[in-house]
Amino acid sequence: MSGLEQRIHAAVHGQAQPTVTVLSSLLAVEDELGYLPKEAVEFVANFSDTTVNDVWAVASFYPNFRFVPPTEHVVEVCWGASCHVVGAMAAFRSVLEAAGMEAEGDRPDNRVAVKLNTCLGACSQAPVMSMDHHLAGRITPESAAKNVARLLEQDGHGA
Amino acid sequence: MAPSFLEIGIEADRRWQGLIAGERPWIRIGTALCGEAAGAFEVAAATESALESQGVAAEVSRVGCLGLCFAEPLLDVQLPGGHRIFYSNVDAEKVGEIVSSHVAGGTPVKSLALGYLPQEGSDEPLPEGIPDLNQHPMRVWENRIALRNAGNIDPLDIYQYVANGGYQALHKTLTNLSRAETLEEVKASGLRGRGGAAFPTATKWSFLAGNPAPEKYVLCNCEEGDPGAFNDKNILESDPNTLLEGVIIAGYATGASKGYIFIRHGHDGPIERCRAAVRQAKELGLLGENIMGSDFSYDVEVALTGDSYVAGEETALMEAIEGKRAMPRFRPPFPAQVGLFGKPTNINNVKTLAYVPEIVSKGGKWFADIGHDTSTGTAILCLSGSLNYTGMVEVPLGINLKDVIFEAAGGMRNGKALKLLQTGGPLGGVLGADSVDILLDFEVLRAAGAIMGSGGIIAADETACVVDLTRSLIAFCQYESCGKCFPCRMGMSHLLEVLERICRLEGTDEDLSLMRTIGENMQAGSLCGHGQLGFNPVSSALRYFGSEFETHIVDRTCPTGTCSLPRYSPVASRR
Ligand SMILES: Cc1cc2nc3c(=O)[nH]c(=O)nc-3n(C[C@H](O)[C@H](O)[C@H](O)COP(=O)(O)O)c2cc1C
Repeated sequence: MSGLEQRIHAAVHGQAQPTVTVLSSLLAVEDELGYLPKEAVEFVANFSDTTVNDVWAVASFYPNFRFVPPTEHVVEVCWGASCHVVGAMAAFRSVLEAAGMEAEGDRPDNRVAVKLNTCLGACSQAPVMSMDHHLAGRITPESAAKNVARLLEQDGHGA
Repeated sequence: MAPSFLEIGIEADRRWQGLIAGERPWIRIGTALCGEAAGAFEVAAATESALESQGVAAEVSRVGCLGLCFAEPLLDVQLPGGHRIFYSNVDAEKVGEIVSSHVAGGTPVKSLALGYLPQEGSDEPLPEGIPDLNQHPMRVWENRIALRNAGNIDPLDIYQYVANGGYQALHKTLTNLSRAETLEEVKASGLRGRGGAAFPTATKWSFLAGNPAPEKYVLCNCEEGDPGAFNDKNILESDPNTLLEGVIIAGYATGASKGYIFIRHGHDGPIERCRAAVRQAKELGLLGENIMGSDFSYDVEVALTGDSYVAGEETALMEAIEGKRAMPRFRPPFPAQVGLFGKPTNINNVKTLAYVPEIVSKGGKWFADIGHDTSTGTAILCLSGSLNYTGMVEVPLGINLKDVIFEAAGGMRNGKALKLLQTGGPLGGVLGADSVDILLDFEVLRAAGAIMGSGGIIAADETACVVDLTRSLIAFCQYESCGKCFPCRMGMSHLLEVLERICRLEGTDEDLSLMRTIGENMQAGSLCGHGQLGFNPVSSALRYFGSEFETHIVDRTCPTGTCSLPRYSPVASRR
């Protein structure tokens, strides 16, 4: 087995909860690898005694799954109604600018992905963003841009 | 062998006394998602390092949310045997001062204190020069039932829950009440579901109780995808055992063999705290085989879903637990006949089940006496948007909505005027500012076109554009449509197209009636509430703000200027 296959195997077999399904197995791989490679879809199909087609049907339904390796960092901005009414759109625009991007997606150098999130769950601190799943609330276009810049300065890389 | 409930109680009290009146001060920091977003974990780390560098001994706990999210990070210090003093909007610098002056020196930092909460049984005088936190506008309206422990106890420590009366309702149920009597108590409470439809809980339970199948399930729905609602996740983060106790009692009353608590993947705080509660309850024999020595055996599992709003719909939720695409099923058969894995199933919202332990402890009548008419008990409201005091309150049903907004939540920020409330999530509605003088009651809100839903209330001020907000709500509904029923899948896309056009000031005279036709088709042709209710945001916006739509279409102007700003929606879709 390749290293990748070993990690998929360990993630799928290592699920602690009693109810193991196609979805739970895919979530376990996503947690381990940050994405679902083709090998994972095949492995889960075998493991669950179903077809690649059926596993792909589940994987493609939930937008939290990625099918290419993760970027170094992920920045999400909440676009739920709570955040919308207090300036989420302006904050998102500022995040895009700070990341040097035009639209949602992965930056071509793979250093960062910028995404809209339907609700980060901290509506009382709207508008909310997250940097590598770490929440920051009451953001402004200025603070949002700073958060992105600080994230991209990490590990000694220049932005 | 598991300890007896009496032994657990004695140990819990011993530990609790050690915390509130032991040798060392107790510091509690609110670290639910709201606290995290305000920097609470950094404050907790700063507190620990300040204690270490100043050589001060104290207990530090990461608790849930007291509801005063606007004041977060919120840190409270309780000296041994004393009262709790709360510091708001704490940062690393303030922590240093609080630790040296208050924790080490015994002198509260009055200038930084938001208020105190008295400790029952303490004979220390009440702090002077610091306000009583119970007199804070956000707390005076409250009657905390499901939230009684939130922000007070460490959610990762089941003993703290037991020390505050936890699992006594389960003990009472298993030693004193038959299944029928338990159900009767819930019926007497008049409890109605808090997940959206406000369906009578006892009636729903009786469907499952009446089904003789040996394997039956109770599902607890914590999908909570409504933007603006965070009370379910917050209960799991603040006091997961309240919910767990409710799930166990529901299992007993309905004769179920297993419970599932269903949470969206990625919300690590709620997931980890809930899983810890299940683990600890098993260790103490409060869950598993022959609970508390009774003949009732029951297991609870925490199940996760991927990102999908429709996964919160009861039949789609069962599909997701089974590992499939979260798409709703045909009904009949109803879940009480054919549910999860084909077995009879009952589904309730987190808040609904979190009320159950107190209902059983204090009696159904006690609960029914709170509230208004057939809307019994309390409402757990999430207050967000441009309000002064954003956060979570638990208030009796039947109070006036305007008091919630202008008193409890302190009115609008920056002296702006209220324009509208968006309630009940994206399938709920908007309510014009002139119409907020109404009772908080399931029927009254519904008649006003603004359902209670899961309790989210978003306040927008005069700078918000109602067309833009409606477009944003429909963009959410379009993105989240699961795609199974084409009237919903295509209807949402079509509605969004029309609203985008109106936002671009290119709307036509036919657009409003076109949207109504689409809405009618969605309602008639969709299997679940997503399509059936998905036109609500538009219809309620037209009801209260029809003229603002006309201004966009006829005068080709957006009065607030919002519609000329850039708009973004997610590029991902459900392929
Ligand atoms: C699209 C859609 C999403 C829903 N999302 C949730 C949810 O996140 N949480 C919830 O408790 N109920 C949700 N519901 C309502 C559930 O179908 C169900 O009525 C509820 O969980 C029952 O609990 P209750 O009787 O305690 O209210 C949703 C319904 C629809 C149509």
